[in-house]
Amino acid sequence: MKNKAYLILIVMTLGISTLTSCEDILTDAPADEEILDGPVEGLTSSEMLEFLEGDVAFNEEVFTTETGLGPLFVSTSCVSCHAGDGKGHPFTTLTRFGQTDATGNQFMHLGAPQLQNRALPGYLPEQIPAGATSAKFMPPANTGLGFLAALTDAQILANADPNDNNGDGISGVPNYITPPAFFLPKWFHQEINGKYIGRYGKKAAAIDLLHQTVNAYNQDMGITSSFSPIDTYSGLEIDPEVSNKTVNSVVFYLRTLKAPKRRNQNDAEVQAGEALFSNLKCAECHKPQWTTPNSDIASLSNKTFYPYTDLLLHDMGSGLNDGYTEGTALTSEWRTPPLWGIGLAKKSQGGQYFLLHDGRARSIEEAILMHGGEANSSKNAYQQLTSGEKQKLIKFIESL
Amino acid sequence: MHKTFTFNYPKMKSLYITVLILFFNFSVLAQVDSTKVVTTQKDTTKLALNMDAVYARPFLKLGKLPISIGGYVEANTSYFATDGVTEGMSFQMPRMTLFVSSTIRNRIKFLSEIEFEEGGKEINIEFASLDVELHPLFNLRGGIIMNPIGSFNQNHDGPKWEFIDRPISSTTIIPSTWSNVGFGFFGKYAKNNLVWAYEGYFSNGFDDTIISNTENRTWLPASKENKERFEESFNGVPLITAKTALKHRKIGEFGISWMGGVYNKFQEDGIQIDKKRRVDLFALDFNTVLPKLKTYINTEWVWAYIDVPDTYTQQFGSKQKGGFIDIVQPILKRDVLGWQNSTLNLAFRMEYTDYNVGTFKETNENIHDDVMAITPGISFRPSSQTVFRMNYRYIWETDIFGNDPSKTAGIQFGFSTYF
Repeated sequence: MKNKAYLILIVMTLGISTLTSCEDILTDAPADEEILDGPVEGLTSSEMLEFLEGDVAFNEEVFTTETGLGPLFVSTSCVSCHAGDGKGHPFTTLTRFGQTDATGNQFMHLGAPQLQNRALPGYLPEQIPAGATSAKFMPPANTGLGFLAALTDAQILANADPNDNNGDGISGVPNYITPPAFFLPKWFHQEINGKYIGRYGKKAAAIDLLHQTVNAYNQDMGITSSFSPIDTYSGLEIDPEVSNKTVNSVVFYLRTLKAPKRRNQNDAEVQAGEALFSNLKCAECHKPQWTTPNSDIASLSNKTFYPYTDLLLHDMGSGLNDGYTEGTALTSEWRTPPLWGIGLAKKSQGGQYFLLHDGRARSIEEAILMHGGEANSSKNAYQQLTSGEKQKLIKFIESL
Repeated sequence: MHKTFTFNYPKMKSLYITVLILFFNFSVLAQVDSTKVVTTQKDTTKLALNMDAVYARPFLKLGKLPISIGGYVEANTSYFATDGVTEGMSFQMPRMTLFVSSTIRNRIKFLSEIEFEEGGKEINIEFASLDVELHPLFNLRGGIIMNPIGSFNQNHDGPKWEFIDRPISSTTIIPSTWSNVGFGFFGKYAKNNLVWAYEGYFSNGFDDTIISNTENRTWLPASKENKERFEESFNGVPLITAKTALKHRKIGEFGISWMGGVYNKFQEDGIQIDKKRRVDLFALDFNTVLPKLKTYINTEWVWAYIDVPDTYTQQFGSKQKGGFIDIVQPILKRDVLGWQNSTLNLAFRMEYTDYNVGTFKETNENIHDDVMAITPGISFRPSSQTVFRMNYRYIWETDIFGNDPSKTAGIQFGFSTYF
């Protein structure tokens, strides 16, 4: 009789365990608007497979001595600098040096433009050569890059005002970049004297995502590819350490990462902050809305999106002039960084903010107050706001 | 030419596996009469220590053959989700292990343990040592030894544990099961309620993959991938492991151990290519049974110190620490379904592992890269040699920056048994 009872007890325990919905005791997925990773909506099955392939290469592949890391490098993997596809951390900040004007980098023979500040055991990392100026660059979020990539040069140029013809104190110029040999212009690129408009990077020095990705493999991790076969340590051409397929998959992944979703969009204070953002003329550079033309990826075609950037260079004043530049930008000029996803920056920066190009601003307010040059009048207008208004403005920015 | 300090047993491994397979085939073909198979007695004096685990197993002895055999198997199913994403249910047979022990002559014994992992994907000789007893306080041991660091590495048999997963720190800081070719000595002294023991070994050891691996963190288990360590030392410097343990019959067993050596290749063809870089592990372990409640408590804590070059990346930590505590409470002990003295236990494990103890040079703030986990469970033992266990596991994994932890949770059900 006792045995029967035990048997029933065991069967019931197993039965209950099996029947209990596993989902009830497992972990919940974070809300879609609280994370930056994930694909754009509407990808086809084959596009989704390519996205996943790029996802693995970007978020899981770690380079080692055996797979080509270094010998000089900044980081061992893509994800080391872009946790959760978000902004980086001072630990992964990279340093560039050697160029002060549009005539080009005078320190290329000494390892410029990028400082490889880490090295495999037995090797010595690079040092900034005497006489070279430098700037630190915080890794950006990868959010919605494909939407920016889909825009035409004509759309970007439509917002440029190099001579400030409208007299608003804001100019906005593109950075014209000499393309690498592997660059293949698309129908929407416009060549000007052999150069093309840069879109990516703090100084807008990368023309497209292939350009950006190939440079990151080579300059950040010391990984050569057939696109960029020169080893940063020896200066010699060596066999590719990453395949074209992997590079292309990563580019596809970056193109098809979703745009961040707004949070608290209907909050009255957020809406009031949005109005202040416009009134203070922040939106003159941080241009809210764009619409893509036709794209080879249907999910990116004819989409309206909200990156809060004009992809142009602006003079940000002496406070943000580090004495280093790229392409045709002045040392005080920086590309307007997209603000979308800024409210989620803390989630990849260890629960705190490291904002502006090198992470020097520890809060959104600090970042605003460090604006100068063309943004001086907006900053002054911000300082005139009441503390309540400032809070609303910041709340709006955090909702992006 | 630099001569390395090397223990060479390359042919022994393949020969040994062949002999063992032939032996088992022969046993099956011979239609063994199970009535002639007897189970050898385990040490029931309560004076067995963790270091005795390799012999404190049930062995089967066939007739008058001087060989005893045994083994254990583990199998389980699990259903896990990480941040809401699940790969569904999966079934695993993480390992099946065979041991063979032989008394060659008085005071000369040989014992081996061969493990088939993940359905035979990997076959490892985890232990294959010749023990020569010269005096209870001084025994020689040579062959493939299990480095006595902490307690789990030596005492890892699945049927002894109420948890399906092995402790995180014991497998990722101490790379259990960590065995190497080497030799050394051990001894034991017992008086009244006390027993004291020591062990010391020289063996092959780690290599530089511990700071160059796809885990993107200092990862001592990476050296387990280097099967060459069973044939030659990576750098010619022996890994030294030493442990001492003291047990009081009524209080419990306390162990302290150290394992250290050089992990990198500092010279090649006589040319110095780097300085000697050390890896050192210190471990404490303790286990006891509370007298009235019969609660079993088992804990281990380890610290690892790794000489990572300053010019390398801080992604790879120079200090690690971690440990676990298991609490097992028998709640029922009686005959169940005809199994005498069956036991039903409640079990709970807490564990923490920090892979990168230190602060960022850039911000002077704490480097994270840590894991915390809890595992409540229930186990049923129809005998001490067999355990059916069900675990619920919740793991918080924080990245190097200290961002919100990734959360993994799941349930596991499985069994492990000696045979």
